[in-house]
Amino acid sequence: MNSISHTLDPDDARNAAREVRKRRLQAFLFVVPLLVFIMFAFVAPITTMLYRSVHNPTVANLVPETLAALEEWSGEGMPDDTVLIQFATDMKRMANERTSGQLADEINRALPGMSSVVKSTARTLRRVEDSDLSANGATLLLAANDRWSDPATWRAVRDAGPTYSSSYYLTAVDMERTTDGGIAPRDTQIYKQLYTKTLKMALIITILTILLGYPLAFFMAHASSGLANFLMVFVLLPFWTSLLVRTTAWIALLQTNGVVNSTLIALGITDQPIEMLYTQFATIIAMTHILLPFMVLPLYAVMRGIDNSFMRAAISMGSRPLGAWYKIYLPMSLPGLSAGALLVFIISVGYYITPALVGGVDGQMISNIIAFHMQQSNNWELAAALGSLLLILILVLYWLFDKFVGTDNIKLG
Amino acid sequence: MKRFPEYYSFWHITGHYGLRVTAFLVLLFLMLPILVIMPLSFNSQPFFTFTEGMLSLDPDAYSMRWYQEIIDDPNWLLAIRNSFIVGTIAAIIATVLGTLAAVGLSSQWMPYKRLITALLLSPMIVPLIIIAAGMFFFYTQFNLVGTFTGLIIAHAALGVPFVIITVTATLSGFDRSLFVAGLSLGASPVKVFWDVVIPLIRPGVISGGLFAFVTSFDEVVLVLFLAGPEQRTIPRQMFSGLREQINPTILAVATLLIVLSAALLFTLEALRRRSARLSAGG
Repeated sequence: MNSISHTLDPDDARNAAREVRKRRLQAFLFVVPLLVFIMFAFVAPITTMLYRSVHNPTVANLVPETLAALEEWSGEGMPDDTVLIQFATDMKRMANERTSGQLADEINRALPGMSSVVKSTARTLRRVEDSDLSANGATLLLAANDRWSDPATWRAVRDAGPTYSSSYYLTAVDMERTTDGGIAPRDTQIYKQLYTKTLKMALIITILTILLGYPLAFFMAHASSGLANFLMVFVLLPFWTSLLVRTTAWIALLQTNGVVNSTLIALGITDQPIEMLYTQFATIIAMTHILLPFMVLPLYAVMRGIDNSFMRAAISMGSRPLGAWYKIYLPMSLPGLSAGALLVFIISVGYYITPALVGGVDGQMISNIIAFHMQQSNNWELAAALGSLLLILILVLYWLFDKFVGTDNIKLG
Repeated sequence: MKRFPEYYSFWHITGHYGLRVTAFLVLLFLMLPILVIMPLSFNSQPFFTFTEGMLSLDPDAYSMRWYQEIIDDPNWLLAIRNSFIVGTIAAIIATVLGTLAAVGLSSQWMPYKRLITALLLSPMIVPLIIIAAGMFFFYTQFNLVGTFTGLIIAHAALGVPFVIITVTATLSGFDRSLFVAGLSLGASPVKVFWDVVIPLIRPGVISGGLFAFVTSFDEVVLVLFLAGPEQRTIPRQMFSGLREQINPTILAVATLLIVLSAALLFTLEALRRRSARLSAGG
């Protein structure tokens, strides 16, 4: 545009620029409705999740005065009686508002065992008169449970206070804050292990889909187009079949008294049913089955475009088939292979349903633990922190995918 | 016995048959799980394996009782109805908004094309559990959790990338001069869009809509987080069935779904052929 505009007179140039702006605006207007929709339906929720991973106002809303009073405290020895009295008053109010359970959950995360202490203390203080509480609150609190005389308890209350905190990310990478304010690894390493296990399982699934998918795609790419189209139905039908249907099929197959075990017993291979369902093995085999088409389809598309005469030429000149494949064919099929492998790996890292249904304890992946913290332990902030880390992982993988494979040629079916 | 060229070694011939056998076994692995559960759904016993009666083709060993149970169970009927309602509305929203956006995105004048495309395709990439958690936090503020509206919005967002991809693909074969020709003959842009563009990209729009429908129809993670008991869909009902008391009714539902996917596969294939024919002819 610029190279042309200086040969035009200023009025024409202005008109041309206006025309370009108009066209750009017209094109953009088509996208606006969807953009607004996606912003509300998808972008805002993801942002909320990221925000949630550092934002937890629960304790700050429940006991604001206690937290304010605790600010004076050094963290060593017991806090002043004013703090204790304030806290005792807060406890009675929470017991009446039935919110002490929320506080119990929050403090219990930092200091296991505190849940019952908070709840029982709240029950005890509920029966005390207000005047009595403002006079002898500290004594009553200490009498209710001796854990209130432990400075560690008060540090836990104080540390749960901030509305914004990085502590969920620390937990998500198995670290914790020490009493002197430093950061140290936790005694039990859960989440790092879980991420490693997830990546390892995704890798195994990817390798299995390559081992199964490559020969199939190769065979189909070199079959007559009639046979290839016919066989394609057998790849596409499972691909189109509901994920839950395929998971159901694996449950039916792998059950203790399911098809596989009955067959093995009938063939005399084993006397007793083998435990296959609810194991890591079940997750891996079911996910390999579910994700195999994602490997076969891009491989087939690339292999279809490779001229077979290269291989024939190499073999006619004395190369062994395997040698010809390795030196000639493999490099040419690499775009399809990397597309399939990255696709399968990315999808399996974030998988939830199949591990949840067939995985048992052993076969759970990172998504399942996020769901656990969302639904069972109600630790939403930790779920959000684990989810944010997973999101970063996926985006990095996707960036690699885009860099090496390109997303322009994503095709469906 | 097939004749091989003379320069083929023993290993090449072994490899030739080895490949055939491997390809056959892999296809078997792909199909067998699906093929096995279909006859099992006609088991007259509540087992997940073939009984001796079934193997000896005894008619008494087969029955339609699990299909009857679907019809008799109000929960399943509600789930089936909900799946169709949510899937249809979500697909319509995704198709209308997605088709418009695809038209804009395929214009050479579109600003920030790469960034916006990436943004609109991202619901396909982000793991469902993250989307579910985020939507749960965000939709709670608008009282959308446990409502049809919330579920439909969520499912429509998931369907959008499929519409964008399929419609963009058909638009790439679309001759833009047809649009200009329509305008030069005095038609309004809306009329040209409706009378010229839409008929030509219709196969892409329909298959995009079908993809969006299937995405919703199969989706279970978001339903688990966002739907209340009133919004339970087929996958949700299957999920709880598989979690709690496994019952062959699920095999009957699965069989029906397999038949449905087969029908869908052939529809899409027909659309693809039509689209290929159109672009080859045009």
